[in-house]
Amino acid sequence: MRDNSELITDIYRSIVREVLSDYAGHQWPLIPVLQKTQQRIGYIPPQCVRLISQALGPSPVEIQGVISFYEQLRDTPRGRTVIRTCRGTACHVRGGPEVMIRLRDILQISEGETTADLAYSLESVACVGACGLAPNVLVDDEVHGRMTPQKIEQLLQDREEEEPW
Amino acid sequence: MVTPHRVLVCHETPCVARGAVGLHAAFRREIDRLGLDHVSLEISGCHGHGLCSQGPSVVVEPSGFFYNGIQPPDAEVIVREHLSGGRPVQHLFHRDPVTGRTAARYADVDFFRRQRRVALRNCGRINPEKIEHYVDRGGYGALQLVLSTMRPEDVIELVEDSGLRGRGGAGFPTGRKWRFARRSSSDVKYVVCNADEGNPGAFTDRSVLEGDPHAVVEGMIIAGYAVGARRGYLYIRAEYPLAVRRVQKAIEDARDKGFLGSDLLGSGFSFDLEIKEGAGAFVCGEETALLASIQSRRGMPRPRPPFPTDVGLGGKPTVINNVKTLAFVPVIVDRGPGWFSSLGTPQSAGTAVFALTGNIRYSGLVEVPMGTPLAEIIDIGGGIPDGRKVKAVHTGGPAGGSLPADRLDAPVDYEALQELGSTMGSGGMLVLDEDACMVDVARFFMDFACSESCGQCAPCRLGTGQMVRILTRIATGRGAREDLVLLREVADTVKHASLCGLGQTCSNPVLATLEYFKEEYLAHIREGKCPLGVCEVRASVRPGEQGREFQPGGLPAGGVGANLKGGCP
Ligand SMILES: Cc1cc2nc3c(=O)[nH]c(=O)nc-3n(C[C@H](O)[C@H](O)[C@H](O)COP(=O)(O)O)c2cc1C
Ligand code: FES
Repeated sequence: MRDNSELITDIYRSIVREVLSDYAGHQWPLIPVLQKTQQRIGYIPPQCVRLISQALGPSPVEIQGVISFYEQLRDTPRGRTVIRTCRGTACHVRGGPEVMIRLRDILQISEGETTADLAYSLESVACVGACGLAPNVLVDDEVHGRMTPQKIEQLLQDREEEEPW
Repeated sequence: MVTPHRVLVCHETPCVARGAVGLHAAFRREIDRLGLDHVSLEISGCHGHGLCSQGPSVVVEPSGFFYNGIQPPDAEVIVREHLSGGRPVQHLFHRDPVTGRTAARYADVDFFRRQRRVALRNCGRINPEKIEHYVDRGGYGALQLVLSTMRPEDVIELVEDSGLRGRGGAGFPTGRKWRFARRSSSDVKYVVCNADEGNPGAFTDRSVLEGDPHAVVEGMIIAGYAVGARRGYLYIRAEYPLAVRRVQKAIEDARDKGFLGSDLLGSGFSFDLEIKEGAGAFVCGEETALLASIQSRRGMPRPRPPFPTDVGLGGKPTVINNVKTLAFVPVIVDRGPGWFSSLGTPQSAGTAVFALTGNIRYSGLVEVPMGTPLAEIIDIGGGIPDGRKVKAVHTGGPAGGSLPADRLDAPVDYEALQELGSTMGSGGMLVLDEDACMVDVARFFMDFACSESCGQCAPCRLGTGQMVRILTRIATGRGAREDLVLLREVADTVKHASLCGLGQTCSNPVLATLEYFKEEYLAHIREGKCPLGVCEVRASVRPGEQGREFQPGGLPAGGVGANLKGGCP
């Protein structure tokens, strides 16, 4: 019987192959390939870096350098729900930081971290363009405006009740 | 015959957050149920009345009736009474929460009435996903005129005559930039639209891309013709998925209509466009970093010269322009360079677009002629809520400065703002009331610059971190008077010794607050705390000094991160 990790590597291999074929003949394909791979898997596992390196040329170290440069690209898995507070100026002056503090307390993680059970990731995002509703919090891709520490706590509680993990 | 009606339901981020999608569905159901053939239901970009915080907003054309903050059941009433019965529903008209006045048409709303919408000419008035709507309002007419009657040199001359300057921040004359690229001899050239809009608190470029994508596409084609490029890229920020979708649709529709592709409109000129999505790095808005990023490398800026108009994408001459700069181009062709330059001041032609935010009654997009005093823009925004007073206005984001209340007679104009220690920036205007702490504002922008520094050059990598530490010390009541001297010294060094625009400008928020709000710094030091009680909490979110330590060799413990993902230092 084959072990799990081989199976996973096979799956990754076929995903990477598909992604690469989408960008065959493209000028400068590396970042789009990484973005697409992450879209499919949720993050960019080390196995994929090696596969992409073999196909496109840049060394794994160079690719790792690109991944570490960009905030969007990540080499560790994220939570099933991603909560992002807006750190733009309007949200900052209207109480965004206080909401972030409450979220850290509730989830017991810092910005940029994921809970051990992979339920939540806590991040921040620069202006989401809804400054009139500041401060804003994105739960996955949904914007929740006029947040307060109390309201965000309630929102998370309601979600837990709806879909308990 | 019944007049055809068009119902435009705003689908911009704030309205969507307040239920625009459900509202649109309710309109659809009711219109279909009553079988109203004369009514077309559309989505639109922001209607631009500054009432985004009270949406979702709906406009009924041709008369421009304006409903705001309505719910799905209201949609049924509007369809029945107004669209079917011809009786506009007065009690659902927008009512100003402050004055209590009702505005039946959005053109009656003060915020809208006092603007001059040029870059935003179509935003909120058309369905951005329908090329016919754009064409109906004269779109692609400029392109046809250019291709059928003008030589590339004529186009460049026209743009030069208009006085158009780049809206990405630096204000470089667009015509001159195009001329440099035209003169560079090369078989391959490129046009790039900078839609990275990383300035936290600005969303003007996003609004244009989402509300009127064809204006930018048309501007790029004309730019391509003028400089002799056959290919263009739009570099769009990763956090703008809707803008990416709308622009993608616009490109495909333009291709179908023969505005993109080979031999455009039989002119022999060929041009096509492609989107490149950013991946989340503020510094990639800097033009040389942007070029590196399009080429799938780390977005590291490089010294200039050579300028991109000589050495750009793949080493070929490349023109890089901001979204709004390009959106102006078709109108300038349509209405003439004299019309455009007459809108602004002698030095700064045309209009300026701002995302007005912060402690202001009406947040939203404002477009006014260059030269309009800051105070008037705040007035258009309805002033400061709750009877408070304005303390400062910050333009230019991390590269700009806060001007105090007694300088708000300053006109928006590149040179005038620069002289006062601020900058025009690319569209953010943050209004601060008496409850805002200016040390917190300076610390906010410096923390931003620090975490976005690419880490290549020492002044910026280390200097921004040091300034965050000093500012945190002062903010949390542990500062000394000498810290102010040190702060200014570091700020000056970073400004003069950094490699790229990020480092060269990031000291501005600190220098401007030291200039106009020194007393606030002193009060923190004297009282041993933030007098307004703002700084302690805010500083604890990004711990600054208590956080990651600097190593003696000068590298932060986390390694030379491009943006140090976890924050600074
Ligand atoms: C750190 C940094 C960030 C920048 N971000 C942007 C941006 O988000 N959008 C933009 O159009 N220009 C930005 N610029 C300015 C560009 O480098 C460039 O000047 C501009 O895109 C040129 O277009 P324009 O002449 O039409 O303004 C930035 C510059 C620096 C130094
Ligand atoms: S600053 Fe938060 S939405 Fe703009």
